[in-house]
Amino acid sequence: MKYTEEHEWLRVEGDLVVVGITEHASTALGDVVFVELPELETVVATGDEVVVIESVKAASEILAPVDGEIVAVNTALVDNPGLVNEDPLGSWFFKMKVDDLSVLDAFMDEDAYNELIG
Amino acid sequence: MTDLELSGLKRLGLHDLHVGLGGKMVPFAGYEMPVQYPTGVMKEHLHTRAEAGLFDVSHMGQVILRPKGSYEATALAFEALMPVDVLGVKPGRQRYGMFTNDQGGILDDLMFANRSDHIFVVVNAGCKEADVAHMRAHLTDACTVEYITDRALLALQGPAAEAALARHVPGVAAMKFMDVAVLDWQGAAMWISRSGYTGEDGFEISVPQGRAEAFARALLAEPEVLPIGLGARDSLRLEAGLCLYGHDITTTTTPVEADLTWAIQKARRAGGARAGGFPGAARILDELANGPARKRVGLQPEGRAPMRDHTPLFALDGTPVGEISSGGYGPSVDGPIAMGYVATAHATIGTRLLGEVRGKRLAVTVAPLVFNPTTYKR
Repeated sequence: MKYTEEHEWLRVEGDLVVVGITEHASTALGDVVFVELPELETVVATGDEVVVIESVKAASEILAPVDGEIVAVNTALVDNPGLVNEDPLGSWFFKMKVDDLSVLDAFMDEDAYNELIG
Repeated sequence: MTDLELSGLKRLGLHDLHVGLGGKMVPFAGYEMPVQYPTGVMKEHLHTRAEAGLFDVSHMGQVILRPKGSYEATALAFEALMPVDVLGVKPGRQRYGMFTNDQGGILDDLMFANRSDHIFVVVNAGCKEADVAHMRAHLTDACTVEYITDRALLALQGPAAEAALARHVPGVAAMKFMDVAVLDWQGAAMWISRSGYTGEDGFEISVPQGRAEAFARALLAEPEVLPIGLGARDSLRLEAGLCLYGHDITTTTTPVEADLTWAIQKARRAGGARAGGFPGAARILDELANGPARKRVGLQPEGRAPMRDHTPLFALDGTPVGEISSGGYGPSVDGPIAMGYVATAHATIGTRLLGEVRGKRLAVTVAPLVFNPTTYKR
């Protein structure tokens, strides 16, 4: 598992990158009440706004952590946004196909992430 | 939230209690305020509607207008600042009011009570310094304006509020909505009103600062009561259709535009016993007679996406018709809700409009302002 400074977790599944948000992020957001997912087959660049998450308090986004194509989205989160709070590690938002999985090497491992959120 | 961001802010008298309860402190109106406790905004909201929630609203301004001459002279002087019948409020009763400016805009909204020999006023935190200066500038001939800084203000709201509070202050059970009373709690004089800002039955309680923590802890020890933060206070008042000053009412919105005409009693309207004679009367009376150009309405987004404040609103043909002033998610409604100002031609309940969220225009319907039925004990 890898982590971004924007508090996303990244998991490799075959040749895909699976993206979710960390428990730290879900706690900070508070009760999630709305999730908007990207269209399938959308080609995204690093930093593009891919997902909108709204909590009772505010709106925030998940940005594309790397360049790639959206090949799967977790529609269960649209129907039940509260899953993001109940099980952040199990609540993936989207899966991306990337050219080269080695791009993930640049991201933090669990120890480095835990140090970041201190 | 770093300490740096909270520096320069005032602390509530009950600051340590909030921190001890796990409150997440954020800046609001110049104070460090608990936005939520570990319970979380959603559950705090639902708990208040189901049982009882304790809110610390000590950031709000408490003021006593103490007559130099007769009570009536003070009431009439106070009336000259508001389109509201102050004189007609009976002893032991509270009323909602608002200070207006010469353009008919709202300087602040407030609660005031006739406490027989004086008037007790509660104003918004963000406006309190200006309000006190405004009152001192205009009322000094009639009364002294005493700014109370040695009392906390707590609100206990929800269907179990009466039962929980009555165990400590039995006299509250006999009070009705908008009654006020001074009642004893272990030797302390509690200034209590049966009111609040959640749409629920409940009480606001002004407590001497030195007794506030013990009193708050006594209420929190009741099985029905949880501490509730500002986050749930906002979603509760939004569901109840109540205005947040600075968002839903401002110096550029009139009480008529804000759909607060219920707060302008007959005595102050054209043909009334004391018609006009308040700042902005020309515009406000004209709008009462002829209708305002725009109006505050409830807005129900048709999808699941919340529409927050400043969301632009359009008619179905694309014409701009207004803007959302408050919006978010209503936990009791279990969906997005909002309020905002729309041109009167588009303000009829059931009118379909479009709200622009992140570049997309989504359907939203004009709805009654009260999304969750209120349960005041009248």
